Amino acid sequence: MQDAGCRVFVPAPCIPYPASFLTAMTTITPPATIRVALVGNPNTGKSTLFTALAGVRQRVGNYPGVTVEKKTGHLRHAGQRFELIDLPGTYSLAPRSPDEMVTVDVLLGRRDNAEPPDVVLSIVDASNLERNLFLVSQVLSLGVPTVVALNMTDLARDRQVEINVDALAQRLGVPVVEIQANRRIGIDSLKQALAQAACRSAPSSRSSGGLAPKHHNPFPDIFQQHARELSQWLNDRQTETLPHFLIERLLLDGDGYLEGELLNGAATEGAAKLRAARESLAAAGCPTPAVEALARYDWVARVLDGVARRPDDHQPTTSDRIDAVLTHKLWGTFVFAATMAVLFSSIFIFAVPLMDVIDGAVGSLAGLVKTAMPEGALRSLAVDGVIGGVGAVVIFLPQILILFLFIALLEDCGYMARAAFLMDRLMAGVGLSGKSFIPLLSSFACAVPGIMATRVIENRRDRLATILIAPLMSCSARLPVYVILIGAFVPAERYLGGVLGLQGLVLFAMYAVGAVVAIGVAWLLKKTLLRGETPPFVLELPSYKMPSLRTVSYRMAERGWAFLARAGTVIFAVTVVIWALAYYPRSQERVAAGIAAERAELAGDAAALADFNDPQNLDHLTASLHQRYSLLGRAGQWIEPAVRPLGWDWRIGCAAIASFPAREVVMGVLGVIYHLGPEVDVGAEVDQSRLQERLRAARWDDTGQPVYNLPVALSIMVFFALCAQCAATLAVIRRETNSWRWPVFTFTYMTTLAYLGALVTYQVGIHVFS
Amino acid sequence: MTRSAADLEVGQSASVVRIAGADGVSRRLLEMGVTPGVEIRRLGAAPLGDPLEFEVRGYRLSLRRKEAQHVEI
Repeated sequence: MQDAGCRVFVPAPCIPYPASFLTAMTTITPPATIRVALVGNPNTGKSTLFTALAGVRQRVGNYPGVTVEKKTGHLRHAGQRFELIDLPGTYSLAPRSPDEMVTVDVLLGRRDNAEPPDVVLSIVDASNLERNLFLVSQVLSLGVPTVVALNMTDLARDRQVEINVDALAQRLGVPVVEIQANRRIGIDSLKQALAQAACRSAPSSRSSGGLAPKHHNPFPDIFQQHARELSQWLNDRQTETLPHFLIERLLLDGDGYLEGELLNGAATEGAAKLRAARESLAAAGCPTPAVEALARYDWVARVLDGVARRPDDHQPTTSDRIDAVLTHKLWGTFVFAATMAVLFSSIFIFAVPLMDVIDGAVGSLAGLVKTAMPEGALRSLAVDGVIGGVGAVVIFLPQILILFLFIALLEDCGYMARAAFLMDRLMAGVGLSGKSFIPLLSSFACAVPGIMATRVIENRRDRLATILIAPLMSCSARLPVYVILIGAFVPAERYLGGVLGLQGLVLFAMYAVGAVVAIGVAWLLKKTLLRGETPPFVLELPSYKMPSLRTVSYRMAERGWAFLARAGTVIFAVTVVIWALAYYPRSQERVAAGIAAERAELAGDAAALADFNDPQNLDHLTASLHQRYSLLGRAGQWIEPAVRPLGWDWRIGCAAIASFPAREVVMGVLGVIYHLGPEVDVGAEVDQSRLQERLRAARWDDTGQPVYNLPVALSIMVFFALCAQCAATLAVIRRETNSWRWPVFTFTYMTTLAYLGALVTYQVGIHVFS
Repeated sequence: MTRSAADLEVGQSASVVRIAGADGVSRRLLEMGVTPGVEIRRLGAAPLGDPLEFEVRGYRLSLRRKEAQHVEI
């Protein structure tokens, strides 16, 4: 690691101890593991610093009851152990929701009965110091030892921002370490500074006094007086002694969230007391919440006066020149459309061959196991349950990795915010923001990575709305269903001199159905379940920079792993359960009786009988009958009355249930039901046309009429366009929302819509086409 | 009538007088450094006319037209 040119600046009253000195000291011993909490604004390179410090081995979990991810990592420096806790990027420590409260609670040691962290590591963007120091000011108010990491010093130099780091540390009263996280410059110095800060804050030195940081309070006297009064008043009434930071917050944040959280036992009285205090502050010229921004930015101005200088004249930087093109009315739109086209098509172009490779590998593994094991339940479990289940999980990796390669690139170079900027007007129409665009676009390839990409949306309601409508986008798994049914039942008519084909139009209509319904659902959700104040869009447009290969590959690996570890288990379990339902009870007698009955029907027709007795045909018939008598087949027959109005017979009902793990399975299930054997490959043209032939030939048991006609085919397609038959999507929704409530909700509303959509399609269809 | 940041021409700058309201938008604006006395400069707009792009405290900020109307100049 190269550390040249990077210095640690420690304010004068503190003596910087060399690392070797630390271990030799006995009077000031640091804790066995130093707990460091990492906070910073978005776009400061916070996650890059996290990986630079703790490496890729991080533990990811959830805080109970919120959607915030709990990410921790471990590191060692000079024999000292550190635990690094990553907190979500934020502009402010003013909590307005349970999600935002997590950060404050962790920093104050109010979560999981833990102590406050030994050190807060506050990362700031050197090229944008003024705004970054607002958060630093709040962090200093917490009264926890702090180290400031001054990141992107190279970018600051490019923008001719001059910073006297030594003087900055003096003014802030905490150590400031210059780093370049993406190039791993300054990391060792930073670790050393963290160890020293923790050491100075160790209980032994705290009791001796002097070295713990002085309480930072930029507020005017009148405000401080009110805060002290309130503190006393609350201490007399409440069991929990609130930290001073939260007392100040109670005075400042009048939106009601904190009052509800903190004023237990004195709620009504407390609210009145707060209102009176705020009124009296406003009368004294300190209106809340504005007084906080005024006081802290005033303090920032005093800190930076003579310490940092940015050029007064507006000399356009490279970033400005790039931005002039990329947010231009014409060129900006063009570049955006091109970028999205490349992003979207590469998910197909690069992911599909990889998925074929995985599919092939899973297939040959299954084949190998098949030849190695004797026939029976165990073999079927191994092949269709276990290997099939693992395949069903791994198959998503190429799409996830490729989408996150793009997203990480766009985020790291600074374009992501521009994409949201360009698309905001469009998305605002349905009550969402520009940040929902890329997750929704990606969902046309696959909802799984699309839903994982909603993390860029920091507003909880917007993020939930996007997650809930993402599965309505017609993903690539629906395509085989459309292709086979359209090929078999939609006439290949052409209009306008052959330019427009009916089959193409129907395919387009299927994509449109999903998108149009999604718009309606989003609108409805924002009016009902997810109703609330329009969240501020107020979006920083960060400077452009070269993306770092390391950051991008870490981000990709992280997302891929998160999917495998957290969603994979659910997908696997569902696959095995559905396998069991399709396999058991395995009654050989009933199947033999079924075969005998079919054979009896052909008695006298020698040619047909010979064909019937062909071993392969018998195999396929056996598989079909097992399917029919399985729990799944019976469920299909059981729900037939319910699906009859959709124009479906029990076989289609059965296939719809069987495709719960993944909708693309539906055609394979139909293949088995129609005696094509378990190896039918709906991707292969030969098998496709064989399946289409069987579908056209299928007849109702009672009337002898064809089961499939255009209205039935359309009804099936509309059902699959709108249904939530995808365990992976539901598992990812569960993971991203940290609750079963939302996947259950998604499944219910989508299945209802799908049923109604199919019903209307069929009922209208038979009237139009008969 | 009070003028707001939404009324600025491209390239024009002005000093912020007041942030109107006390809702989530105005609090976020204050936190982002759009405070009374600070210079705000309009840089442009998205192709569909909204949101707008501004420069404040040496960085770029995008605000919807409605949000920019909270920023009185």
